[in-house]
Amino acid sequence: MSRNLILGTLLSSLVLLAAVVSFVWTPYDHAALNIPDKLQPPSTQHWFGTDHFGRDIFSMIMVGARTSIAVALVAVGIGVGFGVPLGLTAAARKGSWLDEVIMRGNDLVFAFPSLVIAILITAVFGAGAVNAIIAIGIFNIPVFARITRGAALSLWEREFILAARVSGKGAARISAEHILPNVANLLIVQGTIQFSLGILAEAGLSYVGLGAQPPTPSWGRMLADAQTMVSFAPHLALIPGLAIIVTVLGLNLLGDGLRDWLDPRIRVARA
Amino acid sequence: MEMQSVRSFASALALGATLLASQAMAKSDITIAMQLEPPHLDPTSAAAQAIDSVVYTNIFEGLTRFMGDGSVVPGLAESWEISGDGTQYTFKLREGVTFHDGTAMDAEDVKFSLDRALTEDSANAQKALFAGIESVEVIDPLTVKVTLAAPNGNFLFNLAWGDAVIVASESIGDIKTNPVGTGAFTFGEWVQGDSITLNRNPEYWGDQPALETATFKFISDPTAAFAAMMAEDIDVFDNFPAPENLPQFEADPRFQVLVGSTEGETILSTNNKQPPFDDIRVRQALAHAIDRQAIIDGAMFGYGTPIGTHFAPHNPAYVDLTGNSAHDPEKAKALLAEAGFADGIETTLHLPPPSYARRGGEIIAAQLAEVGIKAEIINVEWAQWLESVFKGKDFGLTIVSHTEPMDIGIYARPDYYFQYDSLDFQTLMDTLNTTTDPEERSKLLGEAQRLIAADYVNGYLFQLAKLGVAKAGVQGLWENAPTAAIDLTAISWSE
Repeated sequence: MSRNLILGTLLSSLVLLAAVVSFVWTPYDHAALNIPDKLQPPSTQHWFGTDHFGRDIFSMIMVGARTSIAVALVAVGIGVGFGVPLGLTAAARKGSWLDEVIMRGNDLVFAFPSLVIAILITAVFGAGAVNAIIAIGIFNIPVFARITRGAALSLWEREFILAARVSGKGAARISAEHILPNVANLLIVQGTIQFSLGILAEAGLSYVGLGAQPPTPSWGRMLADAQTMVSFAPHLALIPGLAIIVTVLGLNLLGDGLRDWLDPRIRVARA
Repeated sequence: MEMQSVRSFASALALGATLLASQAMAKSDITIAMQLEPPHLDPTSAAAQAIDSVVYTNIFEGLTRFMGDGSVVPGLAESWEISGDGTQYTFKLREGVTFHDGTAMDAEDVKFSLDRALTEDSANAQKALFAGIESVEVIDPLTVKVTLAAPNGNFLFNLAWGDAVIVASESIGDIKTNPVGTGAFTFGEWVQGDSITLNRNPEYWGDQPALETATFKFISDPTAAFAAMMAEDIDVFDNFPAPENLPQFEADPRFQVLVGSTEGETILSTNNKQPPFDDIRVRQALAHAIDRQAIIDGAMFGYGTPIGTHFAPHNPAYVDLTGNSAHDPEKAKALLAEAGFADGIETTLHLPPPSYARRGGEIIAAQLAEVGIKAEIINVEWAQWLESVFKGKDFGLTIVSHTEPMDIGIYARPDYYFQYDSLDFQTLMDTLNTTTDPEERSKLLGEAQRLIAADYVNGYLFQLAKLGVAKAGVQGLWENAPTAAIDLTAISWSE
């Protein structure tokens, strides 16, 4: 296993662990205000200090990880759920009108700057975690559709597919039984990358006030709230900022590591 | 020809002299920042405070005007006589006052301005100010007689509002983009989204102001406001949006911080017609669920005075009723149970952009949650707020600061957005409006404050503080804000 993969797995599991543990335990109630104790620097009592309402930042980061992961995960899920079938269909019907419609539709979505459209969607349908998920999810669809189609097209030329066709299997069955398992590696790697982009997008949306609404903690909004207080309470901005960096870095390293690890050519070379 | 060149030579000399002189003298220009940009510049057709901040007493003047301490003094009216029964006001106008376009300000303009506000389709945002006027008569070019349907002890106060300034029929057409008034400053330039510049009016009837030009700059983002102030790009921030930064300005010898009061009663507005808030027990429960001091400390970093009714604490007629709605979560729970909501209530909390609302809203939502009221926070921009809350009345709770002076009268308007409909209160206001004796008025105002506090119409939070930040050398700024205004005539730089 490469160093990237180890470090990436470690960082990502750290964040995942924080999110999972937050369901059963946080040092303090993340939503409990304690205004007399506001703006405390990190200490043994409050490991990451307290914010401007006296809330425990460590607890907020833990629950915030949950928000980030949930939004990014479902958004990637939307991308995979719609994108992969679309990509498989397009590849199976290569050159047909269906292929054209799917791929030109993808181009259309790709052509828009994703965060701007996400802002538009949340502005029209109201700010909130659910709309943020949908907005981010829509832009994951063409990513997965395209990557699936590209990989599937070359597979369709291979002998074992020909053999499957000769044995009488239909296009749908071949796609599901033979093509999909062979593009899974690619999808896992891409999914990890999209996951980290989703976390960034969620942070970006909540930073401008369009993500999860208070009192649900969100790293992006913690950053936005901290803006005017950076000069006298820098930990308010540093900690959520670091949380975002650690998560995105971890997921990117994990994605890189997975790609190397899963790539058959490199595996062969290694062996 | 001869004459003209002589004149231009003279003016060139004069210009040279002023240039020389100004180098030795104190600075004569100033950049003042405010958070909101006015939608347009006609104070007589919109409620936006930002309009008054720019134009009140600077460009437009009324018959009377507010001073920084809240007193009402003669403006364009030099003096007035009130008839024995209190229904006729005869105003004597100042002589030789001209509008910035050179036309004379006379009784016809006063009649035009008041009639314009009075008409049925008038766009005036404060029509109630003029409601009692029966007729406006021109006696001679410098005398106007206003007849009221009934005596109104507030009439001279009403005329001091920015909504009652005198405008000219000649220039009313494009008042929104090119305001022409009688004030000490003329409209210069408006760079949309950035700034408005005013220039000194050399023809001004009163004392010449110390400033030659003034630029109002619009900075809505608190972080940008802090940076601009620290970089000394701006000289004054009228009402600094981030109270958490004030200690830094106080510690810095380059700046002065002016903490004063505004007329802004910051309240948890409650939709009195929307169930369950049509039940007084539920509203009372709201009031007891709120811990005001925590909101002032958490949202405003300690700046603000707790209030228990819709009235400014610095007003002599103020009655302290905070005890009436003291923080008592147990009582709140009991009241909710009594009203049949032992399992709690779900409602919405619309929050406009200012930090008193956004931060205050998070605190209030947490406090309400403790007694079982689940308030879903909906952050809205001002335009959305005006549309859905103020006009549409589609809300459960909202937080807003009512910055108009002496605005307890809004509770007599059953169609006002919080929809309080009390015949007792309306009768009380009618009596108040026809009472002129100061002592009697004070008593009635006290009764009015008690009535709305006892009906728990809204959650009364705190009186909004005015947090002015300025460079150390600026003097003459209003510490308090009796009305939305930045009075440039009083501002100067110390040597």
